[in-house]
Amino acid sequence: MSEVIVVTSGKGGVGKTTTSANVGTGLAAMGKKVILIDTDIGLRNLDVVMGLENRIVYNLVDVVEGNCRIKQAIIRDKRYPTLFLLPSAQTRDKSAVNPSQMVRMISHLKDQFDYIILDCPAGIEQGFQNAIAGADRALVITTPEVSAIRDADRIIGLLEANEIHKIDLIINRIRYDMIKRGDMMSSEDVVEILSLPLLGMVPDDENVVIATNQGEPLVGSNTLAGKAYQNICYRILGREVPFLDLEKGVSFWARVSGIFHKG
Amino acid sequence: MFKNILKRKSSKEIAKDRLKILLISDRVNCSPEMMEMIKNDIAQVISKYMKIDTKSMEIQITKTGNKGRGLKNPTLYANIPILDLKND
Repeated sequence: MSEVIVVTSGKGGVGKTTTSANVGTGLAAMGKKVILIDTDIGLRNLDVVMGLENRIVYNLVDVVEGNCRIKQAIIRDKRYPTLFLLPSAQTRDKSAVNPSQMVRMISHLKDQFDYIILDCPAGIEQGFQNAIAGADRALVITTPEVSAIRDADRIIGLLEANEIHKIDLIINRIRYDMIKRGDMMSSEDVVEILSLPLLGMVPDDENVVIATNQGEPLVGSNTLAGKAYQNICYRILGREVPFLDLEKGVSFWARVSGIFHKG
Repeated sequence: MFKNILKRKSSKEIAKDRLKILLISDRVNCSPEMMEMIKNDIAQVISKYMKIDTKSMEIQITKTGNKGRGLKNPTLYANIPILDLKND
């Protein structure tokens, strides 16, 4: 049975694409057959985060317009044989695709993949409508900031209005040191405000930037963010995994990386 | 002045308070002023029958139910601490 997951946030720059890349890669590493679909037409990014930008021949718009068969547009990942990417078009705009075309395309893919992950563009316009059209469930990404939380709340309302009721929250870029001194909302605070089930907390980890520089998702690696993304994948698969103790985590992982740096 | 420093809210508290008020009006297209008026009216009515703590009472309109289960209709929650059940 396949599940269609849309990764969305409303606000830009909170980590939708990073989350899509890491969740998709993590699920593939756990043996699932996964396709990542970049629905941000005109501003394609998922390909570079995945390190697959040099392999693109056809894209989402080509598929929808019938310029190629869907198989020709799908790129196989270089690390995991069960991971695939359908890139977006860079030279077109959101109006090139409509929601019913998305639904039709996704229903084609459903019998071939365990997970279809849609990376949603920022905003609430047509790009958002396209991305959520065929989705069974949603991951709402936010950071512990007023603007991101406000936008997340709006997105949650729109998802529910579109009959998507399985909605989970991922809080990104958490800084434990700031929470500790009362300058950042904790995950409990954010959950209290948005009243959604919490699927994951990802610390603000410089390794995310390093991983993106290299085009290698860091899920499963020996980094705090890598662990956090791996746990999110386990929870998507239905396993109950305790949340990382970020305070403990910082000191422990700092120690580990300290050893590596010395060596 | 010292009192002010001691009483100063952390920036996190400020963010949380601002968000709570902001989201109420975002969710129902209802201004904070109107919410304040509703709150005062409710307080007045209840006060006829019992003694309540009007300072710490809270009202909130939520669209999403607990545990993410979407409620079809927005719900008004009122949290009104009772000081004395008999009001004489």
